[in-house]
Amino acid sequence: MNTVIKVEQLSKAYQLGQFNTGTISQDLNRWWAHVRGKEDPFLKVGEKNDRTTKGKSNVVWSLKDVNLEIQQGDAIGIVGKNGAGKSTLLKILSRVTSPTQGTVKIKGRIASLLEVGTGFHPELSGRENIFLNGAILGMRKKEIERKFDEIVDFSGVERYIDTPVKRYSSGMYVRLAFAVAAHLESEILIVDEVLAVGDAEFQKKCLGKMQQVSKGEGRTVLFVSHNLSAIKQLCSKGAYLRDGELISVGTSEETVIQYLSYHQKKGIGDIYVKPAPEGKDLELMRAEIFDHDGVHRKQFEITESISIDLTIRCVKKIPSVYGYIVVKNRQEDILIESDSNDLLPNRLEQITEGDNVFRVVIPSKVLPYGEYRFYISFASSFSDSYSVDVPGEILNFTIVDTLTQRGHTRRSKTSSLLQWELKNALT
Amino acid sequence: MSQDNTQVPSGQQWDVVIEPHYRLFHINFKEVYRYRDLLGLIVKRDFVASYKQTVLGPLWFFIQPLFTMVMYTFIFGKLAGFSTDGLPKPLFYLVGITTWNYFSETLNKTANVFKDNASIFGKVYFPRLIMPLSIVVSNLVKFGVQFLLLCFVMLYYAASGTVFSPSLYLVLFPFVVVLMAAQGLGFGMIVSAMTTKYRDLVFLVTFGVQLAMYATPVIYPFSSVPQQYQWMIALNPMTAIVEVSRKGLLGHGYFDIQMFVSCIIFTVSILLIGIVVFNKVEKNFVDTI
Repeated sequence: MNTVIKVEQLSKAYQLGQFNTGTISQDLNRWWAHVRGKEDPFLKVGEKNDRTTKGKSNVVWSLKDVNLEIQQGDAIGIVGKNGAGKSTLLKILSRVTSPTQGTVKIKGRIASLLEVGTGFHPELSGRENIFLNGAILGMRKKEIERKFDEIVDFSGVERYIDTPVKRYSSGMYVRLAFAVAAHLESEILIVDEVLAVGDAEFQKKCLGKMQQVSKGEGRTVLFVSHNLSAIKQLCSKGAYLRDGELISVGTSEETVIQYLSYHQKKGIGDIYVKPAPEGKDLELMRAEIFDHDGVHRKQFEITESISIDLTIRCVKKIPSVYGYIVVKNRQEDILIESDSNDLLPNRLEQITEGDNVFRVVIPSKVLPYGEYRFYISFASSFSDSYSVDVPGEILNFTIVDTLTQRGHTRRSKTSSLLQWELKNALT
Repeated sequence: MSQDNTQVPSGQQWDVVIEPHYRLFHINFKEVYRYRDLLGLIVKRDFVASYKQTVLGPLWFFIQPLFTMVMYTFIFGKLAGFSTDGLPKPLFYLVGITTWNYFSETLNKTANVFKDNASIFGKVYFPRLIMPLSIVVSNLVKFGVQFLLLCFVMLYYAASGTVFSPSLYLVLFPFVVVLMAAQGLGFGMIVSAMTTKYRDLVFLVTFGVQLAMYATPVIYPFSSVPQQYQWMIALNPMTAIVEVSRKGLLGHGYFDIQMFVSCIIFTVSILLIGIVVFNKVEKNFVDTI
C-alpha cells in the first residue's frame, strides 16, 4: 500500500480567552524561553480539551499526539463530537494553520473543502465566481476553462450564470460553490461537513459525486460529518477523535459503532447501539431504522413503510416474555402502542439463546408528518426472577409529506389517503 | 497499478511536509508563481466589484485626484501661498498626489490584509503572499490610470504654452514606481504581521500615513524647506521618490545621488524584512486574529 498522508505526533494548542492585556508580557516570556532554548512555558500547563469543564489553564490541546497513516484510495470518515479536534485536524492538513508539535507528510495535491464558496464575491456573476473560486482552490485558469461546462452542468444554475451571485437563492449559491470544488483535480480531497446545506436532492448528488471521486477515481478522501449514515455509506475507514485524541482507526462501521456507544446517552438517532452488555437475561444490543430497500434513513415520506431492526441478545430464556413499543410525537401524543402479544403468536417467546434480529414494520400511511420518538421495553409476568432490559426512547425519525398536494397542511391524525371512485354515472 | 510496486518503503518522496516551525527564509516562490492566475483574478475582481452598481464607474479613478488637486491648488497654493518651484500649481500638486496616493494606498491595504481576508485565509490554503502582491498590482493599475490623467493635464499645459520640460531623469521614473510599490508593500507587510495580535497599530498607521504626507514634499518642494530641517525631510524614503518623479516629469525637482541610493538600500531592506515577517506570521495568524 502507498501511504499518501502520514501524521506523526501531531498536537495543536490553542489559547483561550481574550488576547488583550497580558499578551505582551506573555509573548515576552515565551520569546525569552525560546531564546534560552527552553520549552514554551505556557504550553506545559496545557490540558485536555474538554469544553464542558472549566480548566485551570487557558491553553488547551485541541489535538494531542495524533498518529495516523492514510493510504492511497482510502475514504476515511472522521467522527467525534463538536470540539473533538476534527476540524483542527483538517485545518492543519489543508495548511490553513500550522501544528504546535509534530509533522504531517503529504504526497500529492490536496484540495480542501472546509467551506463551500470561500472567496465568492456577491457582486460578481456566477461565471466570474467560478473562475475566482477555482483559482482560490488552486486550479489554473486553463483547467477551469476546460471544466467550465461540466461545472455549470453539475450546479444546475445555467440560467443564472451571468447574474451576480448576491441575487442567488442560498441553495443555488451552495450548488454552484460545491460544483466548483467537486471538479478539482487533486489526489486528496478533504471535506468538512459541507453537506449540511442544500436540499435532500442536492445532498444526494454531492454524496454521489464524492462516492465517484473515492471509489470510481481511486482518490483519497477525508470526510468529516455528523451524518453517520453518510460516513458509513461513503467511507471504507473511520477514525474516531475524542477530546483531541485519536481513539481508534478501523472500518467506518466499527468506528461509527464505537462513537455511538460512547455518546449514546447524549442523544438518540437512527441507530442505537448498546455500549456494553449489562449482563441481563434479555438485552437489546442494537436497533436501526431502514426504509423498505434496506437503506438507513431518518426521514420518510408518508407513503413509505418504516422498518426497525432489533438485535436482541438472549442469555437465558424467559417464560412469557414480551416486547412493548410506543411511538410518540413531539406533543407527547401516543400514536402507536403495541406489544408483541397483540398479534399472536408472540415471536419473542420463541427466542433462542444468542443474538436474534427481529423486524418491526410501521406500515405506510399511518403516521402523519412530524417528528417521532420510538420507545421500547421488555417485560414478563415472571420478571421478578429474571432481569429484562428497558432501553427506553432509543430512536427517532421524521415523517414528511412532500408528495401529495395538501402536504403539511393536512390536519389528519393519521396519514390515510382516501380513494375516490366513480360508482356509477347518472346521466 | 504497476507504479505502486516502484515505491520505496523508506525515504519516500513527500510533496508537502507540514511542521510547527520553518526556517526564517522558507519562502516558496515557486508556489507563488504557480498561483499567478489567482493573482490576476483577484486584481480583476477588485476592479469589477468596486464599480458595480455605480453610475460613473471607473471615472471615480479620475475624480478623486482631480478634486484633491483643485483643493490643494486653492488652499496650499492660493491661500497659504506655498512655493511650487515656479511650476504650474495644479501640475505640481498632481504629480505629488499621484505618487503619494499609490504609496499610501498600497501601504494601508497591505497593512489590513490579514484582517480583510481572515475569512478566506481561515478556510483555504494558497500562498498568502498572493494577497499583498495583488494589492500592489491593483493599485498599480489604478496608478496607471491616474498617470494618464496626469499626462492629459501636462498636455493641456504644454498646449497653452506654459514652460515645463520633462528631463532626462524621466528614464528613472519606471524604477521609481517600483521603489514606491516595494516601500508600500514592505511597510504594509510589517504592519500587517504585527496587527494580527495587536490591533492598535491599525489606528496608528491609518492616521500616521496621513501625517507622513506632510513630511514628504507633496505639497511643497524640497528646495523650499529651510536648510536646518532638510536633513529630516531627506531621511524620509519617499522624499527622493516624489522629487525624482517631479524632476523627470516636469523638469524641476531635487536629485541627490546619495539620497537616491540610500532610498534604494532602505527600500530593499524594508521589503525583505516585510516578506520574512509576513511569512512567519501567515502560518498561524488564523488562531489569533
